[in-house]
Amino acid sequence: MDLKKIRKDVAVVGAGMTVFARRLQETGKEMSWEAAKMALDEAGLTLKDIDAVVLGSAPDAFDGVHKKGEWLLDGAGGTNKPFMRVYTGGGTAVFAPIAGWWHVASGMFKRVLVVCEEKMSSVQPHAQSAFAHIWDPILDRPLRPNLVWIFAMEMQRYMHKYNVRYEDIALVAVKNKRNAVGHPCAQLADPTITLDDVINSEPMALPVRRLDISPPSDGASAIVLVSEDVVYEHTDSPVWIEGVGWCLDTTMWTNRDLAFPKFLARAAKMAYEMAGIKNPRKEIDFAEPYDPFDYKELQHLEGLLLADPGEAAIMTREGKTQRDGEFPVCPSGGLLGVGNPIAATLGIKIGEVYWQLARKAGPRQVKKDVRTGVAQAWGDLMQFSAVVVMRRR
Amino acid sequence: MRDVAVLGVGATAFTSQTPEVNWKELIYDAAVKAYAEAGIDPRRDVDSFVTCAEDYWEGFSIFDEFTPDQLGGALRPTMTVCGDGLQGLATAYMQIKTGMFNIVVVEAHSKISELLTYEHIVELAFDPIYERPLSAEREVHPYYVAGLEMNLYLHATGTTEEQCALVAVHNRRQALNNPLAPYGARLGLQEIFHSGYAFTPLKKWEIASRADGCIVFVLAAGEIARRLTKKPLVYVEGIGWSSESPWISARSADASYARHAAQMAYRQAGITNPRRQIDVIEVEDRFAFKELQHLEALGFARPGEAGWLAQSGALGLDGELKVNLSGGSLGCGDLIEASGLQRALEIVLQLRGEAGARQVPNARVGVAQSWRGLPHGTGAVAVFARRD
Amino acid sequence: MSKKTEFGPPLNPRGRRLEAKELESITHVRAKVPAKYAWAAGTAMSRFLEELKNGKIIGRRCARCDRVLVPPRMFCERCFQPTTEWVYLPGTGVVETFSISYIDTNANRIKEPILVGVIAFDGAPPHCGIMHYFGEVKPEELKIGMPVEPVWKPKEERVGSVLDIKYFRPRRK
Repeated sequence: MDLKKIRKDVAVVGAGMTVFARRLQETGKEMSWEAAKMALDEAGLTLKDIDAVVLGSAPDAFDGVHKKGEWLLDGAGGTNKPFMRVYTGGGTAVFAPIAGWWHVASGMFKRVLVVCEEKMSSVQPHAQSAFAHIWDPILDRPLRPNLVWIFAMEMQRYMHKYNVRYEDIALVAVKNKRNAVGHPCAQLADPTITLDDVINSEPMALPVRRLDISPPSDGASAIVLVSEDVVYEHTDSPVWIEGVGWCLDTTMWTNRDLAFPKFLARAAKMAYEMAGIKNPRKEIDFAEPYDPFDYKELQHLEGLLLADPGEAAIMTREGKTQRDGEFPVCPSGGLLGVGNPIAATLGIKIGEVYWQLARKAGPRQVKKDVRTGVAQAWGDLMQFSAVVVMRRR
Repeated sequence: MRDVAVLGVGATAFTSQTPEVNWKELIYDAAVKAYAEAGIDPRRDVDSFVTCAEDYWEGFSIFDEFTPDQLGGALRPTMTVCGDGLQGLATAYMQIKTGMFNIVVVEAHSKISELLTYEHIVELAFDPIYERPLSAEREVHPYYVAGLEMNLYLHATGTTEEQCALVAVHNRRQALNNPLAPYGARLGLQEIFHSGYAFTPLKKWEIASRADGCIVFVLAAGEIARRLTKKPLVYVEGIGWSSESPWISARSADASYARHAAQMAYRQAGITNPRRQIDVIEVEDRFAFKELQHLEALGFARPGEAGWLAQSGALGLDGELKVNLSGGSLGCGDLIEASGLQRALEIVLQLRGEAGARQVPNARVGVAQSWRGLPHGTGAVAVFARRD
Repeated sequence: MSKKTEFGPPLNPRGRRLEAKELESITHVRAKVPAKYAWAAGTAMSRFLEELKNGKIIGRRCARCDRVLVPPRMFCERCFQPTTEWVYLPGTGVVETFSISYIDTNANRIKEPILVGVIAFDGAPPHCGIMHYFGEVKPEELKIGMPVEPVWKPKEERVGSVLDIKYFRPRRK
């Protein structure tokens, strides 16, 4: 791999996202259109200007629609265009933008629209019913598992190996749900939530409690990516995608030590090397790691090499990861606060890093001056991560 | 500018069933062959892995979980394209063109024999609110849409049923020369007509039977490929893909997705006169009439002309246009998302001169085209060439 | 317009939350997904299931990295080489990790928790095992690193499934 030989630099010039909620009135197509339109509007473009469309969406089983990407394509603006759906489970939120990046970086397209959609409320009786089919049919499914189990098991292993206290993990949920108060799309913002609320919330699959988990949701997000050749036609202060990385670990999740996400460390190293980052802790100003569970934010900070194993909990306890702290983490409010329509969390990962770097984040804007941010998502059977480093030059 | 070469290909035989292996073992078999041919170790030399799959074909939510191990892609950049093999090839092509990736692997497979409710899953791809209730109410097989489209095509172009049936005769016969193809047969027009209408005017034997199989491609940046091998290389000279509206009622009669994809691929490859410049042609023929429609969309014939070409014997090894010598989908089987890579495989073999009894002498430029199947209008076109 | 100053971007995001009353008046189209599959278990897993019927755990050794892969595979994903040898394991192991679950597969709440975890097998590389239930143990007694052993169903009830093991319990001396 030649991480320094990129043909065309790629910038984000617009982003949009819908309200995250149980969106029973709109179809997935309609939500895709909403997000796409918002991103195009922010970029000052129309669909005519777009050369290609990339779509991200997680399991078809949520919608009960086979080839969901094809179904969503008119809503996403893909009609009569080169249209591609990529898929890496929960990691799709940050991976679809990476796919958009290579559409542009290859020199094949100048302006690309990336749309991510998720509608989890259609499947009955619960989104979990769709997750029942993500397991190995021979080894796992006969045990009638719930997806929360594997996260509980991963969390248990993480706490055990690195001596992490549950109270410190729960602080992440408090921070993110409070941060989400500044987000207009948020589903679970809570300005008054306390540590005790999380610790005393209903046990789900211990050590995971109800408030440790981000809620299933419906929504869509989109961004517009453009090539260096045309970027200044659209903005004076582009936010550049400077590093991308992704990595998928073995399918056999019961054959791995779940305490440390090695696959994420590999993806992060790929993205950092491409971005010319040698010391991520010094050179990255803030992070939007994937936080479907509170412990995941900590584990992901460590996988992103922004903290040593076990150290992220201490940073959280000391307040360093607050929006006004020395290393803000999930200033958007994250999945825990804004909601978790899986692929659509593009808007609170890539979208938020873009808005923060463009200094457009309003009341969510982090205190310190930020020039470099990292967004990350995680998915499949706890085995995949996608990492994007973005920068204002 | 960077060019992209085919460093290695591997495939299993295509068969109606594969109960002796699971999908991982099937893919592993094809991958081992491709890596051996490319002379690479996937654990060391490959920068990125691409699998082409859809959840409901496989029976999993998030099939991406199950993709890395059998390709050698564990703990490496590995991903899934929800598309046909040629869209996977396009993804690898773009990745290499960025300058960052030197060697990229693309895999597409079919394990469709394990899906027991095929027609219900096809129906599941229809819009759930407007379109699905129609077929559910009457319990119609979703392929009725192919009947509608064929009718439209015959009406718009004046093509005859007999000309369409000839495609099935040709392709099943051509498959006899392809050791990978399971459905080779010597049939006459009367057998196709006697098979009866499945979805008028579409006849039963004008519909491709399904098959299992796997194809793996190893693509490499030209400068890397030239360093790794002394053998003459086949290059990907252009690749395009396009999607029509997903609504059945908005579908064109002329496969505009294929026309758009071809325009994109031809532009990159510098093809201005496909009929003269392209030596071997593989187009999608899951339904016999689609071959004719696609030949027209790709610029090998004017609208309505492809049927006459079929009738005059111009299509095939001895004709002017060397079309679907592999046997196509009618002969190799409908390989679902792997169909496009099967076409690309045939072109690569032809351009290398490794196509055995069906070899086109001195073939230098070839085109492979895919269509993702009902009910959608999504397809891709790839142009391959030898430069030596 | 006040919203504009209250929040950051996206400004005026499309869509809105529904009131409880509105939820009742939504138009739905209902359908079942008629998806049925018969997956070939494959060479390795077929043998694994057969051996479960015999009350045995079997793995495959990779000659190159010398790991015993369990559950078994016909190829090693690390070395990308065929595995070469069947290896019986004692079936005992340690608790790699666990959860005490108050929800079932469809997220319904349950009173009696399900005890579930990963068992790392003795004779396999570290962290290498399968997911299963625990039994004959109180939730508060479960610990990572605890030695466990399988409790098999009676021979005549075994069908070649992971459920041929009822659960794992703390190992007796």
